[in-house]
Amino acid sequence: MLGQNEQNIKKRMEGRVAFNKILMVLFGMATAVGLVFLVLLFYRVLTQGIGYLSLDYIMNFPAPYPEKAGIYAGLIGSVFLMIIVAIFSVIIGVATAIYLEEYAAKNKFTDFIRVNIQNLAGVPSIVFGLLGLTFFVYMFNFGYTLIAGGLTMALLILPVIVVAAQEAVRSVPAEIKEASYGMGASKWQTIARVILPAAIPGILTGAIIALSRAIGETAPLIIVGAATAIYTLPDSLLAKYTVMPIQIYNWTGRPQEEWQYVAGAGIIVLLAVLLLMNSIAVLIRNKYQRRL
Amino acid sequence: MNKVMEEKTNKNVNQGTKKPEVKKEGIKKENANSIIEVNDLNLWYGSDQALYEVSMDVPEKQVTAIIGPSGCGKSTFLKTLNRMVEMVPIVKTSGSIKYRDQEIFSSKYKEEYLRTKVGMVFQKPNPFPKSVYDNVAYGPRIHGIKKKEILDQIVEKSLKGAAIWDELKDRLHENAYGLSGGQQQRVCIARALAVEPDVILMDEPTSALDPISTAKVEELVQELKEKYSIIIVTHNMQQAARISDKTAFFLNGELIEFADTDDLFQNPHDKRTEDYITGRFG
Amino acid sequence: MDKGLQSEGKMIDVQQMIERNKNKKSFGERIEKIIPFFLLLCAAVSVLTTVGILFTLLRESIGFFSNVSLIDFYTGTSWSPWSGEYGVAPLIGGTLLITLIATLVAVPLGLMSAIFLSEYANDKVRRVIKPVLEVLAGIPTVVYGYFALTFITPMFQAFIPDLGIFNALSGGFVVGIMIIPMVASLSEDAMNSVPNALREGAYGLGATKLEVVFKVVLPAALSGIIASIVLAISRAIGETMIVTIAAGATPNLTFNPTESIQTMTAFIVQAATGDTTFGSTIYYSLYAVGMTLFVFTLVMNLIAQYISRKFREEY
Repeated sequence: MLGQNEQNIKKRMEGRVAFNKILMVLFGMATAVGLVFLVLLFYRVLTQGIGYLSLDYIMNFPAPYPEKAGIYAGLIGSVFLMIIVAIFSVIIGVATAIYLEEYAAKNKFTDFIRVNIQNLAGVPSIVFGLLGLTFFVYMFNFGYTLIAGGLTMALLILPVIVVAAQEAVRSVPAEIKEASYGMGASKWQTIARVILPAAIPGILTGAIIALSRAIGETAPLIIVGAATAIYTLPDSLLAKYTVMPIQIYNWTGRPQEEWQYVAGAGIIVLLAVLLLMNSIAVLIRNKYQRRL
Repeated sequence: MNKVMEEKTNKNVNQGTKKPEVKKEGIKKENANSIIEVNDLNLWYGSDQALYEVSMDVPEKQVTAIIGPSGCGKSTFLKTLNRMVEMVPIVKTSGSIKYRDQEIFSSKYKEEYLRTKVGMVFQKPNPFPKSVYDNVAYGPRIHGIKKKEILDQIVEKSLKGAAIWDELKDRLHENAYGLSGGQQQRVCIARALAVEPDVILMDEPTSALDPISTAKVEELVQELKEKYSIIIVTHNMQQAARISDKTAFFLNGELIEFADTDDLFQNPHDKRTEDYITGRFG
Repeated sequence: MDKGLQSEGKMIDVQQMIERNKNKKSFGERIEKIIPFFLLLCAAVSVLTTVGILFTLLRESIGFFSNVSLIDFYTGTSWSPWSGEYGVAPLIGGTLLITLIATLVAVPLGLMSAIFLSEYANDKVRRVIKPVLEVLAGIPTVVYGYFALTFITPMFQAFIPDLGIFNALSGGFVVGIMIIPMVASLSEDAMNSVPNALREGAYGLGATKLEVVFKVVLPAALSGIIASIVLAISRAIGETMIVTIAAGATPNLTFNPTESIQTMTAFIVQAATGDTTFGSTIYYSLYAVGMTLFVFTLVMNLIAQYISRKFREEY
């Protein structure tokens, strides 16, 4: 009797162990699916776009013929746009983070700002486009210009920068703040000379990652009127402009197959820029991680 | 001569119900050369009282040790002397602390200014993530001294004062984080010396150091008292006995006994002091 | 102070210099007072952004509803703004269809990935795979749109011959791929924070890894997992470029994923790129649709926050 029972248990045990193994393989395969699609995507983009990628492509303006079209206006437009976005979002974002971490009293208003930032981060980017359309394009009368796009994007990534900067400021050890106050430093002196220098690597890393999100954004810029075809570089804040994702979107939508190769080449350039930005962020993080 | 503090009968003094007669019970040394005079100091963290009616005169150019079991309020007391304790927003105080006859709790008295007179060295070495030079020059710079020649002089003098110049004179522009713990702590002392304070508060400055570094810091403290008044909190009674001229014993937020170090250790007047220094608790 | 330097042997008096500088400090003190005000002003920008979004959406929506009745908007089943039909149901239906497909793709794959990474993979594997998986979340959506249109759709067409070039299936599928890392990463964090003591208790009773996962880890991490799913759904609802490029521009109240549809976001893009005159009813309809979209995602985000706050496990 007992032996039979034991055998049953053993049998069931074997089943349980085997089931565990099977599902482990299943879980591993599920993980692989995401990775496989990542590889497929890169492979697809590379094979489609590489043929059209050349120095001419990078240095040419858009053209009505696939062979002559280039990403130059988009590339430079994206760079200009990012400069505007960086200036506004980093200054305002870091200032907000310092306010929340160092000055704000623990009260309802501060909580409200925090929750508000959290919620802003979840608003779809296209809604920011509508905000920009109402305020920057029409109400401030900037029209479909670089500054309207830049301000819209700055607001879009502001929550990301605030959160990253908050984390960076928070991670500055209390001991060195104490040391500064103990020397008779005022609050602002302590912030400017001790906290910010120590937090800058973290802030920079966060800012670059936020900007790399902005550089790939398309939807809000469509709403605030980035141009699809443009033959000059923007020469002022109030100039018309285009950016890489808009060019890619425009080419993707054309029916002739050649345009998809042109779009593919554009995606390669865009991904290369993203890779560059993320590498810089990783480098900064690795360089300064050992400190503090 | 020193007097023994009488045991407080009203342990739970509440804010506002301060009894004036308690005032006289504080320990006073009839020494004209006291640099800090504390009278009836009470301190609360929110509704928890951490210091009860502490009165004590800190002598000039001597080493005053503060001992007591952990949680007795000794660090809190130390941080009250340069008002660092107020960085915790819920802290409330009553009573008076006079530095060179000026009330430091007075609204006219700027805490930033007080801290240039009453410097501080912390428990854990806490240099800034900057060069040795920038660490030491920090104090003078924030107080408006910008000339390089002057800063050079100050840095050299302060590092010499902290007995670390010879070790570091060729490494002034290296990051202070690369130094050993003992070196870091002496750089922190040099940083405190750079503004030429009157008083230096030390909050268990050797608790994070190895024995050799500890010996160096203790030696340094002996040298520094020529020019500075030093108040040092320590959990180590031997250290207090070795380096201090006077010792104060705190227990549960009260100053139990304050006397010449030799007296206090050899001939404690209060039973609780005796229990503590003989190792019966703590 | 130069005197002190010139005469040798005479030490410089730092305290005296500080004393002298103290009088100059009024400038510093003024900065000290102005700075917090400036910082508060910057912090107010994020609040103003929210106010601005609400103001924009409300004001222009009100403009819209003075032309089109609220009831027609929310009960009508035909969306054809260029011929004056403003029943938003097809757009909402399109959005929901895309979200449903995306969820069906992302939740099982994301959860299984999370279980694999948290419970089965060793540290080395996890440290490589997790960041690589997160790359999926960093790829611009326009690139996904391109991928869906030029690769996924042709691939699906091999199995479903009558699949159109624009269809909800490819769009939703690729949105699902995009949000896998959101589900996987956040769920993995939640599972990782389940203390080992709980697992060891079950192992001690002879449970297999799988039983530990289902009987201990998943229940303990449930709130974090649900929050991650809700956030991912919210992301799918607001996703724009993939569906604009791959799912079509046909407002179509259908649950057939092989058909071309239009989502709320895709309509906003379409209307903004077309010749929409400022002040026209179509112009205002952008905001009415935007408002509806905003409410959808806001509710999702609030639910996610509520879940993770209310059911935060305390170990």
